[in-house]
Amino acid sequence: MNAPAASQLSDRPDALRAEAETEAARLPALLARADHLAGAVLLGDHGRRRAGLGDDFWQYRPAQMGDSRRLIDHRRSARGDQEFVREREWQIAQSVMLWVDQGASMRFASTPDLPTKADRARLLGLACAILLVRGGERVGLTGTSLPPRRGTAQILRLAEMFTTDTHTDYAPPEHRAMIPSARAVFISDFMGDVEEVKLALTKAADRGVRGVLLHLLDPSEESFPFRGRTIFQSMGGSLTHETLKAGELKGRYLSRLADRKAELSALCALTGWQYGMHRTDASAQSALLWLYRALDTGSLK
Amino acid sequence: MTVLGGIGFTAPWLLLALLALPILWLILRAVPPAPIRRRFPGVALLLGLRDDEAVSDRTPWWLLLLRVLAVGLIILGLAGPVLNPDADQARGDGPLLIVLDGSWAGATRWPEQTDAIDAQLSRASRAGRTVAFLSLTRPQAPVFQTADSWRSRLPGLQPAPWQPDAARIAQMRSFIAEIDGFDTLWFSDGLDYPGREALLAGFEARGTVEVYQTAANVLAMRPAGFEDGEVTLTAVRATGGPEREVTVQALGLDPAGNAGVLGSTTTIFEPGETTAETSLDLPAELRARVTRFELQGQRSAGATTLADDALRRREVALIAGSANREGLPLLSPMHYVEKALVPTADLIRGDLGDVLPANPDVIILADVATLSDAEAEGLSTWIDAGGLLVRFAGPRVAASDVSRTDEDPLMPVRLRAGGRTVGGAMSWGEPKALAPFRDGSPFFGLSIPEDVQVTSQVMAQPDPTLADRVIAELTDGTPLVTRKAQEQGQIILFHVTATAEWSTLPLSGLFVQMLERLAISSATTRPDVTALEGTTWTPQQVMDGFGRLRDAGNLPGVPGADLLSAPPGPDMQPGIYVSGDRQLARNVITAEDALTPVSWPERIPVRGFAVPPEQPIAGWLLSLSIALLLVDVIASLALSGRLGGGKAARAALVLALMVPLNVPSPAQAQADDADLFALEATAELTLAYVMTGNRDIDEMSRAGLRGLSNTLIFRTSVEPAEPMGVDLEIDELAFFPIIYWPITPDQPRPSSEAYAKLNAYLRSGGLILFDTRDADVARFGQGSPNGRKLQDLAAPLDVPPLEPLPADHVLTRTFYLLQDFPGRHTGRDVWVEAAPPDAEQIDGMPFRNLNDGVTPVVIGGNDWASAWAVSNTGAPMVPVGRGFAGERQRELAFRFGVNLIMHVLTGNYKSDQVHVPALLDRLGQ
Repeated sequence: MNAPAASQLSDRPDALRAEAETEAARLPALLARADHLAGAVLLGDHGRRRAGLGDDFWQYRPAQMGDSRRLIDHRRSARGDQEFVREREWQIAQSVMLWVDQGASMRFASTPDLPTKADRARLLGLACAILLVRGGERVGLTGTSLPPRRGTAQILRLAEMFTTDTHTDYAPPEHRAMIPSARAVFISDFMGDVEEVKLALTKAADRGVRGVLLHLLDPSEESFPFRGRTIFQSMGGSLTHETLKAGELKGRYLSRLADRKAELSALCALTGWQYGMHRTDASAQSALLWLYRALDTGSLK
Repeated sequence: MTVLGGIGFTAPWLLLALLALPILWLILRAVPPAPIRRRFPGVALLLGLRDDEAVSDRTPWWLLLLRVLAVGLIILGLAGPVLNPDADQARGDGPLLIVLDGSWAGATRWPEQTDAIDAQLSRASRAGRTVAFLSLTRPQAPVFQTADSWRSRLPGLQPAPWQPDAARIAQMRSFIAEIDGFDTLWFSDGLDYPGREALLAGFEARGTVEVYQTAANVLAMRPAGFEDGEVTLTAVRATGGPEREVTVQALGLDPAGNAGVLGSTTTIFEPGETTAETSLDLPAELRARVTRFELQGQRSAGATTLADDALRRREVALIAGSANREGLPLLSPMHYVEKALVPTADLIRGDLGDVLPANPDVIILADVATLSDAEAEGLSTWIDAGGLLVRFAGPRVAASDVSRTDEDPLMPVRLRAGGRTVGGAMSWGEPKALAPFRDGSPFFGLSIPEDVQVTSQVMAQPDPTLADRVIAELTDGTPLVTRKAQEQGQIILFHVTATAEWSTLPLSGLFVQMLERLAISSATTRPDVTALEGTTWTPQQVMDGFGRLRDAGNLPGVPGADLLSAPPGPDMQPGIYVSGDRQLARNVITAEDALTPVSWPERIPVRGFAVPPEQPIAGWLLSLSIALLLVDVIASLALSGRLGGGKAARAALVLALMVPLNVPSPAQAQADDADLFALEATAELTLAYVMTGNRDIDEMSRAGLRGLSNTLIFRTSVEPAEPMGVDLEIDELAFFPIIYWPITPDQPRPSSEAYAKLNAYLRSGGLILFDTRDADVARFGQGSPNGRKLQDLAAPLDVPPLEPLPADHVLTRTFYLLQDFPGRHTGRDVWVEAAPPDAEQIDGMPFRNLNDGVTPVVIGGNDWASAWAVSNTGAPMVPVGRGFAGERQRELAFRFGVNLIMHVLTGNYKSDQVHVPALLDRLGQ
C-alpha cells in the first residue's frame, strides 16, 4: 500500500474539524429543511424561531374525544362555542449515534492522490455531526465512550474521538448501549465479518434504532486492477493470501464483493435502515448530501 | 584482429560466450518472476479462492528474447568490434613515415586531412608500428615514436603560408638518407613544387609510398590592383575544371570600427580556364578601409590577398596664402577644398617646409603667389618624384608678377596681369559658364551644373603649348583649369579662387567630382625593385597558413628588394611590412604566379581523404544492450503489475524515456526566453535594474524600484509594473526607459557585445542611473573600491562629458522642485551630462536654455535603492537617517526618483520657457 500523506487529517483534530466545517458549510443547515419535517415524532428544536409566534405555542385545535379537560384553553374557547386545545411544540431533540470504523483496513488508499477510507469516513461522520448539531440534535458515538449531547463542544469531542485509531484489522460495529428510538449512522468498508454487522443491526432494530449504513470503498477495491504473482496482505498484516495470477481472481473477487453488498443491502431492508455506497474517488459532498437526505427520509417514516 | 563479415574483432575468442546464451534461455525460463507484496483490505474477500492453474506466470518468450539479445550484445561489444577494418590495405609492420606538404594550399582542407592522419595513426597504433612525421614546409629530422604519442600532438600541426622549396627538399633528402626501411604515407596538398620527384624517388627507395590527396581544386588570389577607380581582382585555380563561380570579399573595419565584409563580387572561371578576373567598385571611403580580399569559402593564405598603401587614403597637404580671417570660416580659402576632401583623404596642414618632408600625395596651394627659393626647389623635387601640385588663383596671384613674362616652373601657364572680371557691377558682360569638357580632359564625362558661373579669373597668356594644357575652359574659350606634366608629377592650376568669391564652382558638386578625378590619378603606385633598393622593411603582421593575420612579434626585418622578389618562406613570411610611413603587403601569390597541379606516377596509389575511418562500435553495442535492459525493466514491471501505480515504476519509465529524448536545443529555448522577456517587459512601463550577481544587492534594487514604482502610482499618472532585473549579456535593454545600475566591487565586467548593447541603449535615449552606494566619499576617484569599479565599468561606455548637476538642471523641477537628491546617504554631487559650453544665462530668465534631450547617465553614490526599498507589504526595508528627519530624507529620495522618471519620460519638457512665469511665481522671485 501507499503510505498515507503526511498531512493526514486524523493527525490533527483541529484540521479535521476545519475541513469538516468547510464541508458542512456547503450544505444548508438542517434547520432550513425543517419545513419538510411536518410535526412528526422525530422532531428537534425546529420552529422555535418562527416570527410572530410565542416561544412554546404551536397551534390551537378543536378539542377531540380523548383530550384531557385540563388541556382545554379557556381563553380561546371562551370566544366562541367550540372548545380548543392549545398545542405546544414538541421539543424532544433526536439523538444520533455515529459509528465510524477505526479499523486498520480503513487506512488504505490505492494512490497517494486519494484520501484513505478512514479520512473520508471521519470527514463525512463529522460533517454529518455538525449538520445535526446545528439542527439542534444530539450527536454522539455508539457505545459508551461518548454519549449523545448537543452543542458545538460535542463536535470537538467527536473530532478528538475520531483521531484515535484501533489496531485490529477489521473493527466490528459497536452496538452496545444503544439509546432506544435513536438514530444511528454506520460508516465502514464492511470488509470484516458480516455476522457482526448483522448482530449490530438486529440489535439496533430491536431497540427501535434506525439509521444509515454507508459502505465506503476505495476504487481499487471495486476494480481489482492487479495482475501477476502477488501476495495480498491485510493492512494490519493479520491476513495474507498468495496468488500466482492475480488477474485470474478478479472475476471471483468482484462477485464476492457484489454478494457482500447485496447482503448488506438486504440486511438494511430487513431492519429498516438505509444502505448507501460511496467511493473515495467520488466527492465527499455527494456522500454528505446522500447521508443527510437518508437521515431526513428516515425521519419521515 | 579477426575480420568476420566485414566487422573486425579485437578479441574474437570472447564470441564463444555466445554459446552460453541457450543455457541462459533455459534458466530464465525456469525462474518465475518474484511475487509482489501488496497491502489490500479486500483480502478478506479473497480468502479461500484458489488459482485455476497451479503453474505460475511464465516469463513471456519475447521478454526472454529481449534479455538474451541484451546479453548477446554485451558479449559482442566486449569482443571489440571495429567497423570498416582496413582489411584491403597492404599492411607493413615496419616504421611508418608520414609526409605532409603542410603548405597553405592544404589549409582549406586541413581538418579533413587531420582526420585522415588520425585514422592512419590509429591504424598504426593497432599494428604496433612506430611513426615519424615530416613536414616539407618545416623540415625537421624525422623521429620515430609510437603512434599514440603523435596523436596527441596532431592538433599542433599547422599549415605554413609557403610552399616547400628546393633547399628544404634537399635538406629532407639528407634526413631520409640516414634512415632505412620505412613505408611512406604522403599527404599532398595538390600543388607541384621543384624537387618533389627527387624526393619521391628517395622515398620509394626505402619502402612503399602511398599518397593521400584531396580531390578539391586549389584556389588562390593574386594581389589586388587598382585601375580606373575600381579594384581589380584575379582568382587562379590549379586545374582548369568545369565552370565555377567564386565570390571575392573585401574585408576591413567598417566606419563603426567593426571588422566585416565591406564589399563582395563574384567571378566565374570559364570551363578549362585557370584564371578569373573581376573588379570591385567601392566608394573611396570604403576602399581605403579594406585590409584584405578573400575568396569566400577558402581558408588559406593563398586565397587571401592583403591590401596596402595602394588602396589607402591619399594624403593631401593644404597650404593657404592668407592667414585665416578670424571667425569667418566660410571665407577661409581652404574651406571648400577641405569639405570636399575630408571624407576621402587625410589632410595635412602647415607650412610648406613642414609639409614637404611628410611626402604627401597632393599639395594644394590656394592663392599662394610667391614661394621662397628653397620652398620652390623642394616643391619641384617633390613634383619630379610624382607629386601632384594643385594651385588655386586669387587676388594675390592676380596681383603678383608670378609667371608673367616667363613661365614659372610651378605654374602650368603664363598669366596675364590682373586677370579679368565679368558680370560684375562695374563690368560689362554676363558671368561665364563652363564649356563641356573635351575628350582627353580628366574631367571628361562630368556633367556641368547650370548654376556654375565664373565672375573673375586669372587669364592665361596665349602660348603655343596652351591648348595642350587646358583641361577645362569657359564658354568663351578662356582656360579655367590648366595642367602641365613635370617628370613624374603634375602641376594643375585652377584659374579661380578656392572660395566662392570668384566663381560658384566651389559651391557645386562638380567641384568635388573634379577634385576626385584629379586625386585619383595621384594614387600610390606600387614601387619597383630599384625603388626599394637599400631599404629595410619590418614585418608588422604576418599571415599563417590559414590566412589569419597575427602580430609579427620580433621577426627580423627584410631587405626591400627581397620583399618583392624572394619567394615566401620562414625568413620571408607573407604579411604587412612597414618602413617609415610606408606600408607594403607581401602576399603568398604574386601577380605572376600560376598554380601547378601535382601529377603522380601511375605506380603510386593516390587516395582521397574520404576513406571511411575505422570505427570501434563496441560502445554502440553496449549502449544498445543497456537500452534493451531498460526496456526489459519496464516490460518486467508492466508484466508484474507494478507499472502504473508505484513511484519507482514511473521513475523507471521517465528514466527510459529520457534516454532517446532530445533535449530541446538551447538556442531555441533562449529565443523563447527572449520572447517571453520582451512580452513581460513591454506589457507595461517597467523599471529595470542591472543584476550584479550579488543576491542582496539585486534584491535591494528590486525592492527599491518597487518602492519607487508604488510612489509613482500613488502620486503621478505613471504606473509602472513590477520592476525587472536585466542580465546585460542576454536581455534586450531597449524596452526600459531607465536602468538602475548599483556598483559592487566584485561584479563581472560585461562582455564587449553587452557594451555594444549598452551604447546603443544610451544613444537611443535610454538612461542609466549609476549608484556607487558609498555616499560618494571618494568623489568618484580611485579612493573607493566602488569608485574604481565604476570607472572600470563605464570606461567603454559612450558617455558624454559630465558635470555636477547644476542648480538649474531640468531634473530639479520635472515634478517636484528639488535642490538636494538624497538617497540613503546625502552625498554631495550627482553628475549628469554637461551643458553645452555656449549655454548662457539670459537676464531675467531663471534657467539657461540647456541641451535638448535626456541626460544618458546619472551618476551618484547615495544608495537610492535602499531609501526607496519597500517590502511586499509596502513597509520600508532600510532605516534612513534618524527620526522625522530621516523620514523627510526618504521622502526627498522618493521625490528625486519621481523627478528622474519624469525626466526620462518627458525629456526637457519642463525646461520649456512657457512655464517660466508660473515657475517664477512659485519660486518667489
